[in-house]
Amino acid sequence: MATIQLQQVEKKFSEFYAVKPMDLTIADGEFVSLLGPSGCGKTTTLRMISGLETVSGGTISLDGRNVTWRHPSDRNIAFVFQFYALYPHMNARQNIAFPLQAEGMAKADIEKRVEEVVKLLHIESLLKTHPGKLSGGDKQRIALARALVRRPAAFLMDEPLGALDAEFRESMRAEIKRLHLSIHATTVYVTHDQVEAMAMSDRIVVMSAAEVQQVGTPAEVYYDPANLFVARFIGSPGMNLLAGQHVGKQIHLTGGGQYVIPDHLHGPLTEALNGNNDIILGFRPEAAEINPDGTLTGNVYATDMHGAYTMLHINLNENEIIHIRGDRAISFPIGTQVRFDLKPDMVRFFHPKTEKAIRGEAHS
Amino acid sequence: MAQFEEVGPAKPITESIRVDKVSPRARVFHNLRALAVLVMAIVGLIPIFVMVVTAFKTRSDVVADPPKVFFNPTLEGFVYLFTERALLPQARLEEAQANAEDLGLFGRIALESGQEITAPSDYVNRLKNSLIVAGVSTVTSVVLGLFAAYAFSRFNIAGKDDLLFFILSTRMLPAVVVTIPIFLLYRQLGLHDTYLGMILLYTAFNLSFSVWLLKGFIDEIPREYEEAALVDGYTRLQAFFKIVLPQAVTGIAATTVFCLIFAWNEYAFALMLTSDQARTAPPSIATMLGRGGIEWSAIAAGSLGFLIPVVIITFALRNYLLRGVTFGAIRQ
Repeated sequence: MATIQLQQVEKKFSEFYAVKPMDLTIADGEFVSLLGPSGCGKTTTLRMISGLETVSGGTISLDGRNVTWRHPSDRNIAFVFQFYALYPHMNARQNIAFPLQAEGMAKADIEKRVEEVVKLLHIESLLKTHPGKLSGGDKQRIALARALVRRPAAFLMDEPLGALDAEFRESMRAEIKRLHLSIHATTVYVTHDQVEAMAMSDRIVVMSAAEVQQVGTPAEVYYDPANLFVARFIGSPGMNLLAGQHVGKQIHLTGGGQYVIPDHLHGPLTEALNGNNDIILGFRPEAAEINPDGTLTGNVYATDMHGAYTMLHINLNENEIIHIRGDRAISFPIGTQVRFDLKPDMVRFFHPKTEKAIRGEAHS
Repeated sequence: MAQFEEVGPAKPITESIRVDKVSPRARVFHNLRALAVLVMAIVGLIPIFVMVVTAFKTRSDVVADPPKVFFNPTLEGFVYLFTERALLPQARLEEAQANAEDLGLFGRIALESGQEITAPSDYVNRLKNSLIVAGVSTVTSVVLGLFAAYAFSRFNIAGKDDLLFFILSTRMLPAVVVTIPIFLLYRQLGLHDTYLGMILLYTAFNLSFSVWLLKGFIDEIPREYEEAALVDGYTRLQAFFKIVLPQAVTGIAATTVFCLIFAWNEYAFALMLTSDQARTAPPSIATMLGRGGIEWSAIAAGSLGFLIPVVIITFALRNYLLRGVTFGAIRQ
């Protein structure tokens, strides 16, 4: 297994950036997800690591070896495609053995290695079948086996579960995660599904508009988004963001209501705003506590029952809807007034111009 | 889950079970359609039938009016086609008839009309020329076309669209227009009446067609297959041979048949650019019309012999051709 290092790697199509210069170091055995909306450059990044796409600048190192201009076959990586890319004219066993034949390995050794991965993935019954007759999940298992059989330095996966239906996706997610743990494989995983990224990754690279927005653990990108994009993109629904004015030790929300800033944040906020008072306050739905004496008020606009909890859509003032989590046992008829407070340690602040998070020392 | 295994069709469903396809009215329409197709097929096949039948008729049966549907088949037409004959003088005729058993099948048939075989006819050579010219030019244009189509399909080539249009444009000029310039050119270059000249010409003509047709087929093959092979440790060329080629078989088969049919049937260039050494079958069948009376049965036999190779190839590749029609309907 190997470390992967990207230094100022970029991809340009004439004047247009598909990926702006990015730095990223992926540790040995780490599971890193590239997460972002479609067209954000995450797949291009993955393809550059694999060598299927050339870079426009920067260097890519695998285990300290500069492979920027090496042929894909010379990088010792395995790639798992969204649409499996199993060779249709070969059966499952031939598909799995195919990468080993490239190395000119002896037949008996190939057999042994194929047996190993077949056992690991429990796909014994599929071996004689041609890909056309396999279900999506089974195709992806064969594709995984084909990737595993070479014992590559790293696995690159391009939305491997994207083409599967919901039920399969969950079980395959667990399978890939188990596999990752058992063979301790460096894995770069591209997805647009944040649940997948959250559930599987050691670290998440959030990308948007060809740029890396934040690199962090799932908890970091969820609780401490680096900017407004990450705050909105991560979580469903995303973070509630309210515009306001920073006055004294309080924030006067544009939609009415005040929020008292914790003491330790007062200094950093004043400093970051640098004379300008405009600020954006952000909090997750679960950061709000419904409380008859709460300082913030709004009317119930709609409620969604989620089983374990109720998601309340609260109309703070005209057309400013926020989401807060309510107790499933309490009914909130539409139109009733709700008062709530925010848990101080779960409130975040953003600069409206730079869109970056303003962090106190406690969070930095 | 074992108890569910018996559910589902016991044997594969091979025809539609949709209500709108098995209703009585739909069946009537289905049968009417089948009947219409049958009638069209019969009408279309009449000339072929007449040709085949004529090839086995005697001289008098060919011109009989009304045409004979039932007749004694004979190989006379084929004897005329494949041999040069001379009338035997009366004295030698009797001698020959006495030793008829020593003669081959063709010899005996010739003897019935008082002739002996002196030499094989030109037609044998012409057919051989056709096989060489059409065969080699087809293989060349398909192989070159395949590589060109792959490059056009997969790589960023500067001016790709213009190049593709240029390749197509070579097809836009009617053959008649370029015949004279090519004739003069070939005379100067010493390519007139040579295999090389004809093979080059037919390859050039077929190449534009094969590039375009094969590009369509290769475009249909998802790139991921090759990319998978590339990361699996194969070079671009190995990926081409091991992954792309097996999947492009239908396209290759279809292109081969079309190129072969063009090169095999081509008449105008062959007439102008060959005289003897490299003359192909189409112009030589036509020249049979001239030589002292029209031997309809020989012409029919010649056409039949000319038809057979193409029929064999098309028949051999029919499975691929059929799959070529539905190609791209199923992903993966």
